[in-house]
Amino acid sequence: METVKCIRSPKDLEKLREEIKSKRKPSKSSVSVCVSTGCVALDAPKVKEAFIAELEKQGLKDQVEIKETGCLGFCEQGPRVTIYPEEICYFKVKPEDVPEIVSKSILEKKVVERLLYKDPATGKGVQKLEDIPFYKYQLRLLLENNAKIDPKNIEDYIALGGYSALAKALFEMTPEQVVEEVKKSKLRGRGGGGFLTGLKWETTRNAPGEPKYAIVNCDEGDPGAFMDRSLMEGNPHSVLEGLIIGAYAIGATEGFVYVREEYPIAVENISTAIKQAEEYGLLGKDIIGSSLSFKVKVHKGAGAFVSGESSALMTAIEGKVGEPRPKYVHTAVKGLWDKPSLLNNVKTWASVPLIVLKGAEWFRSIGTQGNSGTMIFSLVGKVNNTGLVEVPMGITLRDLIFKIGGGIRDGKKFKAVQIGGPSGGFIPEQLLDIPVDYDELVKVGSMMGSGGMVVMDEDTCMVDVARYFVDFLLEESCGKCIPCREGLRVLSSILSDICAGKGKSEDIQTTEEIAETMRETLLCALGRTAANPVLTSLKYFRDEWEQHIIEKRCPANACKALIDFYINPEKCQACLLCLKECPAGAIQGDKDQVHWIDQEKCIKCGTCYEICNFHAVKKLSGEPIPPPPEGMKPIRKLKGEN
Amino acid sequence: MKKVITLQIDDKEVKAEEGKTILEAAQHAGMEIPTLCWYEGLEPYGACRFCSVEIEKKGRAQVVASCCYPAEEGLKVKTRSPKIVKIRKTILELAATSAGEDVSSKMRALASEYNADLSRFRSNAPLSPTKCILCGLCVRRCIEANWESAIGFTGRGIYRCIALFPEKAGLCSTCSYCRDVCPTGRTCSTFGPRPPFPRINDVLAGRK
Repeated sequence: METVKCIRSPKDLEKLREEIKSKRKPSKSSVSVCVSTGCVALDAPKVKEAFIAELEKQGLKDQVEIKETGCLGFCEQGPRVTIYPEEICYFKVKPEDVPEIVSKSILEKKVVERLLYKDPATGKGVQKLEDIPFYKYQLRLLLENNAKIDPKNIEDYIALGGYSALAKALFEMTPEQVVEEVKKSKLRGRGGGGFLTGLKWETTRNAPGEPKYAIVNCDEGDPGAFMDRSLMEGNPHSVLEGLIIGAYAIGATEGFVYVREEYPIAVENISTAIKQAEEYGLLGKDIIGSSLSFKVKVHKGAGAFVSGESSALMTAIEGKVGEPRPKYVHTAVKGLWDKPSLLNNVKTWASVPLIVLKGAEWFRSIGTQGNSGTMIFSLVGKVNNTGLVEVPMGITLRDLIFKIGGGIRDGKKFKAVQIGGPSGGFIPEQLLDIPVDYDELVKVGSMMGSGGMVVMDEDTCMVDVARYFVDFLLEESCGKCIPCREGLRVLSSILSDICAGKGKSEDIQTTEEIAETMRETLLCALGRTAANPVLTSLKYFRDEWEQHIIEKRCPANACKALIDFYINPEKCQACLLCLKECPAGAIQGDKDQVHWIDQEKCIKCGTCYEICNFHAVKKLSGEPIPPPPEGMKPIRKLKGEN
Repeated sequence: MKKVITLQIDDKEVKAEEGKTILEAAQHAGMEIPTLCWYEGLEPYGACRFCSVEIEKKGRAQVVASCCYPAEEGLKVKTRSPKIVKIRKTILELAATSAGEDVSSKMRALASEYNADLSRFRSNAPLSPTKCILCGLCVRRCIEANWESAIGFTGRGIYRCIALFPEKAGLCSTCSYCRDVCPTGRTCSTFGPRPPFPRINDVLAGRK
């Protein structure tokens, strides 16, 4: 890195920004390789090394810059490589593709067609990111810079206008004005609660007690969610800048970034960011030459889902077991070490610099009334395009899943979407046109949560999936409150019984009774919402429960105890494939003779169903299995074949 | 002199010092709210949720734990509404899921008062009864007695259990505080797949 300059005034900051910019030529070729967790898992570091070696070999080392950047969200298509200044995006890049990219794209300025993203509708390659359907309908305010900056280099962030919001807040606004601006923006807590951020700030600002703390909540633990992780990995300075502005606004002198130990890249990048910010005079004593002094520590969480809850998180920072505390007095007033503590989610903090810089009016113009700004969702499950999606509040679920997500995989039918992590509710097809905002989601029995979004198709059994989430929560509950601990234990047992075909007629009523007790009485949000999956499954898919309990069948053909495998003799081509692969030796038959399954031996592993090339294996639930053929039966060849 | 506030508990005007909880205000006025994990003199913990009451605030009804919720001016509290009675019945039944029916006479009396069937969910936890409802009174009593905390919780979720830290149990043979506060009539026993430490009963009884 260059000689570090300590920024002592807003002028210094602008001067530094100009210096950095003048050193960089926009026409210079550069290669950006994503090094976030998803792409790293898909071997991105090897791709980067291949670029270094190839550029060296071709003598281009000094003319082309290689940049490690953050996540763009389309992780299943990784590793992602972007060539600047042409902005050509390549996906699924392997080290062996690198020589071709260097000689064609960098030297000849041509596009390597085969590495482009193929639009499934047209089959054509798409060169620019914003033309890919997955990105076309997004509005990327928070994630935009992830691809442009090296998260380990503060100068990249400064070059793109970083820390100018902090300078503006410190020198052009009073703390009260900052709080007022955030209040006017109607920004709501992105951790899922949806509490008005400005009000929370004001509460902490006015609360008696010194010192005050400002804390970042990056304890993201929902299965399938990685929004906070990507932001922390890809653009840690945006979170840090928001945090420092918050500290100024509420009068905090100390801050914490609570990040899970399981996010090693996030831990590393935020730690580096803090160190660099200190070196540049953006953290520590007399920030940018103002009278604000603020220091930040990283606290690594030990992997407890419940520690994402505000009072549990603070208990954990205090060095105790992360358990929610009775908090009829808000943590904003009495939090960490009983002092006023302002805790906000990663996405909330990252929104703050934008609000300060561009104004509350601008922020309010995005989204809907009462739900301003954008939200990042992690769209996963049975959709064609999975990944991180940033959209304005108020977009409909249908647009999210069908336009951005590209619809359901394999042309199957949509069944439900779960929003808000393991304790979010399921939303059925008939409600797909509701706008995605805090209030609407709660109305239909779900919640915004931190933004996890799991899409389910017709093959998902809604009783089984409710059981899955209850089982997740019963290990992640802290176990303190009786209705949560024992309630989840009993719910899990009842749901397992129903899925195993041992459901009793009173089970639905018992389930509702326990779920209601949990929702009414529990101490923390985890407990109060833990029964959401069960309650919404019952509310929207009650007939499925009844079919399991009364008719002993699983309409989605997912609950193993309730299904049988059967080979349709009309379709079987006696290819011997299933017969050879069956691990239980349950399939009978011979060459040119129809195969059939010996139900006594079948262990319902589903291997035959998955490997049959002729769709001859069927799942039956709640209907009698036709008897096997007597003796050997010759197959009937399919039409059009010999 | 602390400020005195007035609130309404079950249609009765009750005065309480500011900072007191609903439970304390009710007790002061001679009204009873049943509890399991509360004990006079110990910091409220809010784990059993049995002392739940219905409150009305800004026109909205809400269920809160009376042992933790601060008494507020003008608050309307219902301690035995049909909803609360139903909740308490379910909580007792849930508490007995792993603790079993053979609990203290206090819990059995509450069960008959609230018409709770303590064996209702027993079959959902196919383990031998623990007698322990994990109210944490023993843990808190031990901490607040300023001993070296010989007892604590281990595990989370359904694997939570009470454990004794043998290296800190030097005073256990002379102190019986934890036994005095246990609401199920048994100091405690461990619950979970693998008890990480010896059972405290055995230690207390000198068997280990």
